[in-house]
Amino acid sequence: MSAALTLYVPRDSAALAVGADAVVDALRAQAAATGTELTVVRNGSRGLLWLEVLLEVATPQGRVAYGPVSAEDVPTLWPVLLADAAGQGGSHPLRQGVTEQIPYLARQERLTFARVGVTDPLSLGDYAAHEGWAGLKAAVAQDSAAILQAVTHSGLRGRGGAAFPAGIKWRTVAQAPGSIKYVVCNADEGDSGTFADRMVMEGDPYLLIEGMAIAALAVGAEQGFIYVRSEYPQAVAVLAEAIERATQAGWIGANVAGSGKRFDLQVRMGAGSYVCGEETAMLESLEGRRGIVRAKPPLPALQGLFGQPTVINNVLTFAAVPTILARGADFYRHYGVGRSHGTLPFQLAGNIRHGGLVEKAFGLTLRELLDGFGGGTRSGRPIKAVQVGGPLGAYLSESQWDVPLDYEAYAAIGAVVGHGGIVVHDDTADLAALARYAMEFCALESCGKCTPCRIGSTRGVEVIDRLVANRANPQVHEQQVTLLRDLCDTMLGGSLCAMGGMTPYPVLSALNHYPADFGLAPAPVASETAAAN
Amino acid sequence: MNAPDRAAAAPSAGGPAPQLNPAEQAVVDAVLAERRHLAGALLPILHGIQDRLGYVPPGAQPVIARALQLSRAEVHGVVTFYHHFRSEPAGRHVLQVCRAEACQACGGEALLAQARERLGCSEAQPTNAARSHTVEPTYCLGLCAQSPAAMLDGRLHARLTPARLEALLAATGEIA
Ligand SMILES: Cc1cc2nc3c(=O)[nH]c(=O)nc-3n(C[C@H](O)[C@H](O)[C@H](O)COP(=O)(O)O)c2cc1C
Ligand code: SF4
Ligand code: FES
Repeated sequence: MSAALTLYVPRDSAALAVGADAVVDALRAQAAATGTELTVVRNGSRGLLWLEVLLEVATPQGRVAYGPVSAEDVPTLWPVLLADAAGQGGSHPLRQGVTEQIPYLARQERLTFARVGVTDPLSLGDYAAHEGWAGLKAAVAQDSAAILQAVTHSGLRGRGGAAFPAGIKWRTVAQAPGSIKYVVCNADEGDSGTFADRMVMEGDPYLLIEGMAIAALAVGAEQGFIYVRSEYPQAVAVLAEAIERATQAGWIGANVAGSGKRFDLQVRMGAGSYVCGEETAMLESLEGRRGIVRAKPPLPALQGLFGQPTVINNVLTFAAVPTILARGADFYRHYGVGRSHGTLPFQLAGNIRHGGLVEKAFGLTLRELLDGFGGGTRSGRPIKAVQVGGPLGAYLSESQWDVPLDYEAYAAIGAVVGHGGIVVHDDTADLAALARYAMEFCALESCGKCTPCRIGSTRGVEVIDRLVANRANPQVHEQQVTLLRDLCDTMLGGSLCAMGGMTPYPVLSALNHYPADFGLAPAPVASETAAAN
Repeated sequence: MNAPDRAAAAPSAGGPAPQLNPAEQAVVDAVLAERRHLAGALLPILHGIQDRLGYVPPGAQPVIARALQLSRAEVHGVVTFYHHFRSEPAGRHVLQVCRAEACQACGGEALLAQARERLGCSEAQPTNAARSHTVEPTYCLGLCAQSPAAMLDGRLHARLTPARLEALLAATGEIA
C-alpha cells in the first residue's frame, strides 16, 4: 500500500468554528509519526453543516466523507482513511460514504454552489478546471446589449430580498448618462438564518468576482466594491486574497480577461449595522457616513455611489450570472416556477437536525425542506414555527408549509422568501417573546429617519410587555392587542424602508398564528396547527 | 440606532476631547497616511485604528476630522452610529454571544446570561470590574445551522453548550 493520502478539510467558518484547524493539526501529526505523505486541501464547505467538520478522503471511488470529525477522532480514523485511499473501503461510525451520493447533496440542484466544497477556494487552477471564467469569457466575446439581454432573459431576480429583475436594473445603469459608474456587491448578509453569501465568499470567491466583472462589462463600470459585514472577517480575508490573485492573473484589473476594459475591485467592511444592508444606507456607509436610508427617487441605478449610476446586487445575484453567461439564459430560466426562475440556495437553520445549505429550483415546499432535507428538529420535539426570509419575514405555521417557495406565492400569504433563510423553532418557543424580539431588534437597528420605525419599535416592545403582563386582565389585554395592531399598521404604511415597514410581518404573524402565546384564546388557524401536529 | 449607553461613553462632539498619548497618535497618523486617500475613507480609517488599538480613542476624532475635512460632529456621529466601533477599551477578552433568532432557537439567550453571570458582566456594564472580559450580544455570525454561536477574541465557536462555554472561558485563564 503506497502511503500517500489526499484529504479535504474545509476552511469555511462553519468548519473552523467546530475545530477544523485542530483536526488538520492532528492529521499532520499522525502523518509525521507514520511517515505518510499527506496532502490536505482546505476546501469550502459542502454545506452539510451538521456534519462539520466534514473530512473527505480521495479514493478510487471518488471522495469519501467522514463527519462530524473532531481532533480526538483522528487516531481511530487514520487506518480507515488509509484503507479508503487504497480502494479497500473501510468502516467507521463517522463514515458517510461517497460524498456526492449523500442524499442531502445528491438531491440538490447546485448551479451557484456547484464548486463550493469541491475546490480549493483560492486556487485559480481549480477554478479554471471547474468551468471557472467561462461566463466572463463569453461576456467578453459579446457586446453590452447581448449581456443585458442574457441576464434579462434568464429571469434572474435579486436574491437579497426584494427580488427585483437584475437585467432591468443593469440596463438602467447601462443607459444612464455619465462616464463613471460603479458595481457594488451587497455582502452585508444581516439576516439571522442566512449564510449562503458567506459560503460563496469563503468557498468560491472567484465566482463572485467573475459575476461582478460581467456586470461591469455590461454597464460600463471600472470600479467595484464588495461591502462585507464586520462579523465575517474570514470572508474579508479570502476575498482580499482572491481579488489580488485574480488581478495578478489578468481576470480583473487593467485589462479584464483581455477585453481591453478596466475593472478594479475593493473589499470594504461594514461595522455591525443591520440597516446598512439596505442598499441606500450601504451607499451612505461606503461614502463614509452614518447608514441613514436615502429617499428614492433618485434610484441608485441613476444616482448611487458618489452620485453616479450604480449597480447594487446581492452576492447570490452576482454569483448566478456566470452560469447564465456560460450555459445560456434558457438553461437557467428553465429552473423554477412562475416568475421565480432559477435556483435559490435555501439555508436551513435554528432548531433543525440537518441544518445546512440546500440549493434547489424555486417551487418546492417548506415541508419538503423541513422534513425531506432537515429531518425535523435537533431537539427531537415537534416544530412549532418557522421564520422564512430573515428577521423581517413572517412566522409560518404548519398550515402554510405546503405553499410552493416562489416569490409570488409567498407574497400571496403575507410572507417573503427573502434571502432564503429558514429558521426553525420547536414547541418550547414563545412566539410572544419572538415578536417582542422583532420589535427590539428594529429599535436597535433603526436608522432613525422615520418616526413609525424609530419610536414605534420601542412602543412595540412596551405594548407586548404590557399585553403579556396583563393576561389575567381581559380589558387591558384587549386594549393592548388593538394598540399593537394599530402600531403595526402605522409602521407598515409609514416607514421609508422595509426595516420599519416589515417588522410587523413577524409580529403580526406571531400574533395571528400563535395567540395562546400572547394569552389569547386560540384562533381557528392555531387550532388547525395543533390538530395537525 | 446606537444604544444610548454607547453614545454616553464618548464625550459629546462639542466638548474637549482628551489628548492622544504618543503611541495612539502614532497609530492614528499611520492609519491616516495609509487610508485617507481612499474614496469614502472614514470607515476604513476607523477600522484601521480599532484593529490596532482595540478601540477608537475619542481624542482621535478631531484628528480624523481635520484630515478628512469633516466636522468633528460628523466623525463622532459615525463612530457612535456603528455598533462595531468602541469609544473606550474593552476587557482583555471579548466574548460576543449571538442572540439572533436561529441562536435563540437553540439556547443562545441562556448562554448569554450564563456568560454574563459567570464573568460579572451585564447589559449595562459589558466589561467586568476586573476588566478581564467584555461580554456583548451580537446579531448573527453566519453559523445559524450550528447554533448557538459565539465569537471569543475573534475566533468563532458553534454548537455551544453550557459546558463548552464554560471550558472556553476557562481557557482564557482569567476566571476563577
Ligand atoms: C433593513 C434592510 C436590510 C437589508 N439587508 C440586506 C442584506 O443584508 N443583503 C442584501 O443583499 N440585501 C439586503 N437588503 C435589500 C437591499 O436593500 C437591496 O434590495 C439589495 O441589495 C438589492 O440587490 P438584489 O437585487 O441583488 O437583491 C436589505 C434591505 C433592508 C430594508
Ligand atoms: S424604516 Fe426605519 S430603518 Fe428604514 S428609513 Fe425609516 S427609520 Fe430608517
Ligand atoms: S443567528 Fe446566531 S449565528 Fe446566525
